[in-house]
Amino acid sequence: MRSPLTVHWTAQPAAIFPPSEHSGFILSGVQLASLPDAQLVARCRVGDEDAWRELVARFSRYVYAISSQAYRLGPEDAEEVFQEVFARTYQHLDKLRDDEAIRPWIGQLTRRLCIDHLRSSSREEIVDPESLPGGTDEAMATIDESFAVHEAMAELSENCREILDRFFARDESYQTIGAALEIPSGTIASRISRCLARLREIFEGRNPGAGASS
Amino acid sequence: MTAYDEQRLAQLIKALPPAPQAWVEAAQELPLARGRLDDIVARAEADLAFRDALIANLEEALRLEGYEPETIPLDELRRRLED
Repeated sequence: MRSPLTVHWTAQPAAIFPPSEHSGFILSGVQLASLPDAQLVARCRVGDEDAWRELVARFSRYVYAISSQAYRLGPEDAEEVFQEVFARTYQHLDKLRDDEAIRPWIGQLTRRLCIDHLRSSSREEIVDPESLPGGTDEAMATIDESFAVHEAMAELSENCREILDRFFARDESYQTIGAALEIPSGTIASRISRCLARLREIFEGRNPGAGASS
Repeated sequence: MTAYDEQRLAQLIKALPPAPQAWVEAAQELPLARGRLDDIVARAEADLAFRDALIANLEEALRLEGYEPETIPLDELRRRLED
């Protein structure tokens, strides 16, 4: 695993994080996590370092999934892209035209950097991004769907959210989850079932067309 | 079967695993790294001996002054020292 030294500071430093007296009220991590993207970006722009941490946490899975799943970069290349994406986001946040569009902006930046990585390596003859099985557009559509589901998970109870994330996204065993959350491992399966049912209600409520037959 | 039944939701949760924690932490530290970088550049501009030491052996000069080179974007620092 590479150190933060692999971050490439390719653009002129922009003074987007000057010490500011206009950062507004201090928010807790939980409050920051519930801020809409546009408000989070606005807080980052005025130098709120906690907001920046939240922004990285919010989009880290998205960036990681694009590089490692849609473009199938190896761990080293994926890490370089990951750090480069956030370095450029940090540097160019003041140039973002629409704060609400931060996710598609980060997504597009990640895709461009992945393609640059593939082209600059000697592997372009082996891996053409557009010829990957299923295609990158299909993979991106799945990643965007996944992101929407993870956003909906924010409306679950903390316990449900933890169980679903640990079991499905982190691939943890019933035993590990039970130990971490201090609940009997024998009840995990039924909790997963209940939590998924609740998530379905929430997701279909947020996306009225989502319940339509496929 | 609906478009988003429990099985599909489970697949979609699984499709977005967490990024390695070290990667996330490194990206979260960017503002601090930038602050350290600006501090070093300002010192180098005010102290020519320090600037010369940085140019001669960047990592060693940083360590002697109490900085941790691995927490600083060295490529960017080299570029700014050359400006």
